[in-house]
Order: sequence, then structure tokens, then C-alpha cells
Amino acid sequence: MPRVHLMALLLTLLLVGCDRQSAVWHGHDLTGVMPDLAFSLVDDNGHAVTASDYAGKTVLLYFGFTHCEDVCPTTLATLSRAVNALGADSRRVRILFVSVDPHRDTPAILQRYAEHFSPQVVALTGTRSQLDHLTRRYRVAYSYGNADARGDYEVYHSSAIFVFDARGKVRLLLQEQLGAAAITEDLQRLLSDSERSYHHATK
Amino acid sequence: MTPLANIIGVLMPYEFSPTVLVVSGTAAWLYVRGRSTDDGQERYRAVLFWLGLALMYAMLQTRYDFYAQHMFFLHRLQHLILHHLAPFLIALSMPQERLLAGLPAQVRHRVIAPLSRIRLLGSVMHWLQQPLIAGALFVGLIYFWLIPGVHFIAMLNLPLYDTMNWGMALDGLLFWWMVFNMRSPGISDAHHFGGRILLLFLLMFPQIVIGAHIALSQQDLFDVYAVCGRAWPLSAHVDQVIGGLITWIPAAMMSIAGGLVLLQRWIRQREPITEGEACREFT
Repeated sequence: MPRVHLMALLLTLLLVGCDRQSAVWHGHDLTGVMPDLAFSLVDDNGHAVTASDYAGKTVLLYFGFTHCEDVCPTTLATLSRAVNALGADSRRVRILFVSVDPHRDTPAILQRYAEHFSPQVVALTGTRSQLDHLTRRYRVAYSYGNADARGDYEVYHSSAIFVFDARGKVRLLLQEQLGAAAITEDLQRLLSDSERSYHHATK
Repeated sequence: MTPLANIIGVLMPYEFSPTVLVVSGTAAWLYVRGRSTDDGQERYRAVLFWLGLALMYAMLQTRYDFYAQHMFFLHRLQHLILHHLAPFLIALSMPQERLLAGLPAQVRHRVIAPLSRIRLLGSVMHWLQQPLIAGALFVGLIYFWLIPGVHFIAMLNLPLYDTMNWGMALDGLLFWWMVFNMRSPGISDAHHFGGRILLLFLLMFPQIVIGAHIALSQQDLFDVYAVCGRAWPLSAHVDQVIGGLITWIPAAMMSIAGGLVLLQRWIRQREPITEGEACREFT
């Protein structure tokens, strides 16, 4: 049946087209894949914040908790190095570290924690419903392990780093394993892109 | 949390979709309205229909969807139910007459009757219900959404995710409808039942191939679950092995179940039909 052959051919072409990785970025290109940056949370001074407080900044959004022994500090250290390497441009970037463990991570603890890393790191948290809203929006999961004798428990969370441009549009998904140098390169490209579109808009 | 709050929490949709609510609500309403004299066969068919509908709704609009988004093997189970099990039950229950009877007369005359006169609609449906086309679509969709690059984006993008799940449910209905309800006029029993049984048998192999490929792969093929976080800590490898086995074994078993139903219908057709039974025969 020639019709079936044609269908098979078209399907194959479609599949090949979809499976190609973006060659330009080190991370995954997420342009248009997820909704714009939006949240309402509490910052490390205990003040309510929303995405509009970071308008005009390139935002790196990452979920974790301060009692995290390994993954979170490593990721934040890598991101800090990547952002610091931008030099003066680092001021145009914010690393939003959202703690999904509001029970233990009070604003005071969050502030002390964020100080260990780059000045661009802002630690946020929120009520469970605020956190659920945000994690559902970006399709990530978090959950808690059982408490041990001292009341300590593990928190399981995503390892995704979502990058939003200065207009709050989702652009990239990064992973710590990419390394600081690759992340810096992606951020440089993103910053020069948004600079160009900014000049274009003001002309 | 109290047990009641827990139960409500589980039954509430993770991501509310008015479409799912309206479609399943309408189907349920029509089915209730279309109820006729309650003979034994109708009751048994009604159980199949309600079970199929409830399963579909549960897969799409309860807390289960959260787990399906964040655990590969639960996602595979979701598709097994949406594509293989629930539509199998609904098609087996042959609800078309009851659903039609449930429509208000106005709708039947003003909407359904003109629609059924549109030639194009009829020929598209006829084309989709050709065994080879329906079979190719059935397996093609499984393969398509399991291409790692496609799967990655589908799990991150809500409209695409909904398209994937709706597509599986609709295609499941189309496929099992073809298997259990579509009989071209003038075709012999051997051609009708034999052809469908052969098709179900052949469709097992591509499903076994992709299921085994996933279950036996040493690579993490679907890293989106690691990136976005699993619903609970389970190693990526174990998750993928179970997911592959679900794609492989129960999916292929549904072909056997469908074949047995067809075989039973075929045998019944060959037996001389007594007068009392004759009016109950639908196929």
C-alpha cells in the first residue's frame, strides 16, 4: 500500500526533526516550552516577593534546601562561579535559590546560607501552597524522607536550573554537570541577546 | 491530615482540566440517560463501560497524574491504562446505541443527523478504521512519545503533555473500536475475525521490541525524570526497567485478551443461534 509507505516516511522525517538537540546552547533550549517566570514567595529578610521584584534581571531558578549536604552547595557554588566570571555583567543576573523545606529554613538561616555564595544568590522560600504552586508551574517534584531520631530528614528535589531572560521568558534548562565555564558561555549569549533586543526596542 | 482530607486530596485533580471534566461528564450523563430495559447483558456491559470511563478519568484528573509526571514507570502505567485497558473496556461494552439514545432528540436531529451526512467525516473515519492504518497508528504513537527528545519536551510542556495523553486515549478508543465494533458489510467471518486476530498478534512484536529495548538498556534514556525530580527516591535504572517491562509485557498481553474475545465471538457466530438469543446479537 503506497499510502502506508508515505505515512511511514513522513512520520520518520517528523521524528528525526524533533530529536535533534540544539547545537547552539550548552543547556537545553526551553524557549516557549514553559510559562513565564511568576511566583509569590518570601525572601531571606522575611519580605513577600514576586517575580516582578526581579524584573529586568536574568534569573536562574533552582530548588533545594539548606540542610542539603552535597548537591545544593555544589550547584550553588558552580552557579556562583559561572556568574562571577561574567564580571560587571553579573549584576544583571540573580540566582534564586528556592528552599522547598520551609519548616527548617527560616529567613535568618536562608540569609546566612546565601552569604556563603555569590552576592547574586538570593534565598527564597514560602508556604507549602506557594511552593506547590511554583513547582507545579515548572513541572518539578519535591518530597520529604522520614525523620531520624534527631528529627533530621532528607528532602528530595529536582536538579533543574531554569533560566529566564530579562523579560521573564523561559530560555534554558541547565544542569550543574555542565560546569561553570559552559554555564558562563550560555549566560553571556543570553545577556547579549537581551541587550540587542533592548536596544532594538528603545530605537 | 484526617483520612477524609487525605482521600479528597488524592481524588482532586493535580492539574485541573475543564475539557476532561466536560467530556467524561457528558459521556456519563448520556450513558445514564440512554439506559433502556435492564436485561442481564446490558448490566454486564454497563460494568465494563463505567470501569473504563472511571479509569480514564482517574488517570487524567486525580493526584495520580502528579506521580505519572514524576516517575517513568507510573507514566508507562498511565499510558497502558489510557491506551490499552480503559478504551478496551469501553469498546467492548459497545455503548454506541445507549450513548445515542441518551442524546436529547433535538441534538440528535439537529447535530448528529447532519454530521452523519457529511461524506468527508465518514470517509476519514472509514480510513482511520482500516485495520492496517489503525494498527500502525496504535504502535506508531507508542514509539513517537518514547523518542527521548520528544519525551523530554512533552514532560516539560503542559499543552504537549495534554496532547500526548489525550492522543493516547483517543487512539486507544479508535483502535479497540475497530477491533470490537467495526465490521465491513459482506465480509466473511474468517476474514473479519481472523484478520483482526492476526493483526493483534502482529502488533505484539513492535511493542515487545520497544519495551525490551527500554527495560534492557543500560543508559538512562529518559533523564527528564532525574532533572525534574522523581516522586520518591527510586534509582533511575530500576524506574526504567519497570517502565520497560510495563511497555513490554502487559501491553502485549492486551493483544491476547483482545484475541480471546474475538475468538469467543467467532465461535458463537458459528453455532446455530437459538431464537431467543438472536435478537441480542450485535456483532
